[in-house]
Amino acid sequence: MIGFLASIGASALGLLAVLGRLVMFAAASLTAIFRPPFYIREAALGLLNVGYLTLPVVGLTALFTGAALALQIYAGGARFNAEAVVPQIVAIGMVRELGPVLVGLMIAARVTSSIAAELATMKVTEQIDALVTLSTDPLRYLVAPRVLAGLISGPVLVAVADALGVFGGFLVGTQALDFNATTYLRNTVDFLTVPDVTSSLIKGVAFGGIATLMGCYYGLNAGRGAQGVGAATKSSVVAAAVLILAANFALTAVFFTA
Amino acid sequence: MIDLRGVHKSFGANQVLGGVDLSVAKGQSMVIIGGSGTGKSVLLKCVLGLVTPDAGQILVDGTDVTKSDRDAFLSRFGMLFQGAALFDSLPVWQNVSFRLLRGRLKRPKAEARDIAIQKLQRVGLGPDVADRLPAELSGGMQKRVGLARAIATDPEIIFFDEPTTGLDPIMAGVINDLIREIVVDMGATTMTITHDMTSVRSIADQVAMLHDGVIRWTGPKDAVFDSTEPYVTQFVNGLPDGPIATLR
Repeated sequence: MIGFLASIGASALGLLAVLGRLVMFAAASLTAIFRPPFYIREAALGLLNVGYLTLPVVGLTALFTGAALALQIYAGGARFNAEAVVPQIVAIGMVRELGPVLVGLMIAARVTSSIAAELATMKVTEQIDALVTLSTDPLRYLVAPRVLAGLISGPVLVAVADALGVFGGFLVGTQALDFNATTYLRNTVDFLTVPDVTSSLIKGVAFGGIATLMGCYYGLNAGRGAQGVGAATKSSVVAAAVLILAANFALTAVFFTA
Repeated sequence: MIDLRGVHKSFGANQVLGGVDLSVAKGQSMVIIGGSGTGKSVLLKCVLGLVTPDAGQILVDGTDVTKSDRDAFLSRFGMLFQGAALFDSLPVWQNVSFRLLRGRLKRPKAEARDIAIQKLQRVGLGPDVADRLPAELSGGMQKRVGLARAIATDPEIIFFDEPTTGLDPIMAGVINDLIREIVVDMGATTMTITHDMTSVRSIADQVAMLHDGVIRWTGPKDAVFDSTEPYVTQFVNGLPDGPIATLR
């Protein structure tokens, strides 16, 4: 019995230790963004990788999700004669929840994994040590530009996902469900409020930051060899996805239950 | 110039360094020999601050390395890593002049490129290599580029971590000769870790043997081959029997 309790205690302490290290790493990384030297080229490459190159997967995901959502709401609404609410529910569902969450998960899948694998490979091949011996702080050279790219790209990608998700619903609504195009758009625009959009964009900032931070943290703390790289990549994606979903719940609670 | 006094380092229950005492004089080429996993790389990393010792003191020119200005301290060093540790995403010339493109030693881009090409020529590589990526080079060429990067800013102190590991005997000889030439030309103080006795013959002024976390023997290069110290004799002659345990 004592052994069982001890193992629970040890697990809890281990979890708290990881959380503590994550918080300290996040604080140091965010501080590094604002402290010189600034590595402009690295930040530009980060924006290209996190933002621009993630656009196609985010766009397609949002488009199909918005389209599927319209079909689901139409079919579900038909049970109590509420088919007409498709534009409003697609808009609120995409902008408040699905847009930011899909973007967060897509960044975790595409960007977090690649950052973790890249930095972990650099770690096991001693490139991180080489950086230090060349008087370059890995936190400022590798982490800060990537996290900055995540913070900037997150809301931009969310805005694109929101728009394309609504557009997916619009396509299905007008082409398959006989909605009038003008009415559909008017209902969408009239129903959405400024807080809906701002909360969506703020979630994008948070999720972009979480995804890039997890990639950097697990990459820089990778174990040895190919197994270490694999484990770091897997852990980074799992941690990013879980934290994004948890943060989504917390932010939704803050924005919409006050 | 470099003094290590009672340096200890453990990773969990595994004690790697158990009180290392070693002195390297200015302009001297010190080669540290020892089997795989005896803590040679950890020792170099302790001096560079990449690994923090649990106990002991490391002095460079009488100053404790943990108390000196980190940037100024590191700007005096060059290091050739075992696997060269070139940055995959940068072309060769930017790897060589990495330090000259940023930080306190920053130079204009054109000048940094010229210096990189000079250093590449110094290690026997032509200007055509400058714009290639590290992945496009052979192991021997990567080592040369790593060597060029280590000497790019003409540092006072250079560390070489297993400079000939993974190279064929001819290329290993070329790298050894290059290191010796560069060390003599530059008058740098160097520490090399290796288990290649050919490197010891080519590079060393002084030799120290690290085993079980302590320096077992130290002396001039010629003496290592005539030593009667059992650990040194077994290691230098590659004998399976002796005080160093071997797995079969």
